[in-house]
Amino acid sequence: MKPAPFTYHRARDVAGAIALLAELGEDAKYLAGGQSLVAMMNFRLARPAHLVDLGGLRGELAYVREDDGVLRLGALTTHHQVESAPLGPDFAVLREAMSWIGHLPIRTRGTVGGSLAHGEATAEWCLLAVLLGAEVVVQGVGGRRTVPAEELFLGFFTTALEPEEMIVEVVFPRPAPHAALTEFAQRRGDFATVAAAVDLDAGRVVLGGVAPVPLRVPEAEAVLARGGTFAECAEAAAAAIDPPADGDGGAGYRRALTRTLLVQACEEAMRR
Amino acid sequence: MTEKLLISLTVNGEQHDDLVVESRHTLVDVLRHRLGLTGTHVGCEHGICGACTILLDGAPARACLIFAAQAEGQDIRTVESLADGGELNDLQRAFSAHHGLQCGFCTPGFLMLAEGFLAERPEATREEIREVVSANLCRCTGYQTIVDAIEDCARTRRGEVGEPR
Repeated sequence: MKPAPFTYHRARDVAGAIALLAELGEDAKYLAGGQSLVAMMNFRLARPAHLVDLGGLRGELAYVREDDGVLRLGALTTHHQVESAPLGPDFAVLREAMSWIGHLPIRTRGTVGGSLAHGEATAEWCLLAVLLGAEVVVQGVGGRRTVPAEELFLGFFTTALEPEEMIVEVVFPRPAPHAALTEFAQRRGDFATVAAAVDLDAGRVVLGGVAPVPLRVPEAEAVLARGGTFAECAEAAAAAIDPPADGDGGAGYRRALTRTLLVQACEEAMRR
Repeated sequence: MTEKLLISLTVNGEQHDDLVVESRHTLVDVLRHRLGLTGTHVGCEHGICGACTILLDGAPARACLIFAAQAEGQDIRTVESLADGGELNDLQRAFSAHHGLQCGFCTPGFLMLAEGFLAERPEATREEIREVVSANLCRCTGYQTIVDAIEDCARTRRGEVGEPR
């Protein structure tokens, strides 16, 4: 339960951190809030040779800016900062969804960018980014590029980021006044067995816990588009997915959760 | 190669310079083994149990999920900061009065969680307190008495009198 030895580096600016990571190679990792990475290192599931601590960049990369229907979050913004931010109705879904992330002492440290880069398939930020069509601003040695959230997650804990690339900002480009996320776990604060998110304005449905990545479900979105009921939408989603079976539940159980949670999410989104 | 770092930490208002730690040392291990502050307990070491909860710049955080080097320059507070001399603070007294502990292993974590939470949200409701204490594991009390203690302390700090609920 103690991490393997590594060399600690402290980032002084974004460009310097990226250059350093490029130089150190694939055995180096950025350390943001560390709420997933340090736990994995304690278990020695991760054994990076180098860590580049981004804590010193909080002044530059931790912010919540809502302007004219567009929300920009600095990559080092913590979940708790979003939870406490005076967000208007356009992005209240984000504030409300934060309560699903672990517990308060996790949310005071964990970051938006760190969560996206980690790419856990039930992580709330991963679902929300896909749901709301977020644009993930990424900086590497060659400069900046924008990755649509839907193209960020390639598979189980695998993202489209190059090894040295750093998420610097997440942009939510359109208001989502009628969106909601809900989930189920055996114990509150655990990883979700199934998570369901819906944006009624954009007609999007995203599920977590049913595939290696946050999954958009076109079959369920088609039901919303033709004005079907929430129950029909949830039924279409349950029929479309091929969920895994593990200790938290079988495929049939996850389908049943999908039916229930998606209706709940739709109703919650409608009430907003 | 085990890398050694020279760091300085501010714990309970006191600055500790010239601390030689390994980069892989977590904050909880440095607090306990280097500074002798054994009030902060170590349970699961992966952020689940909350026994190691401390305050970092006033916010509750897991000391097992932070490397000591990351905490340089931040204000660290541990359970040892609560009592004044030999006198328990109001939150500790409330835990005692409400039997909010039995074996005591989880108690430092709950105390620091509650201190940080009440500082940010002095008007916390019982429901909110219940939600927040779900962050930490207690296997003795069944939580009701912990919630009672925190709620009582919050009410007293707000100057409320009379029966809760």
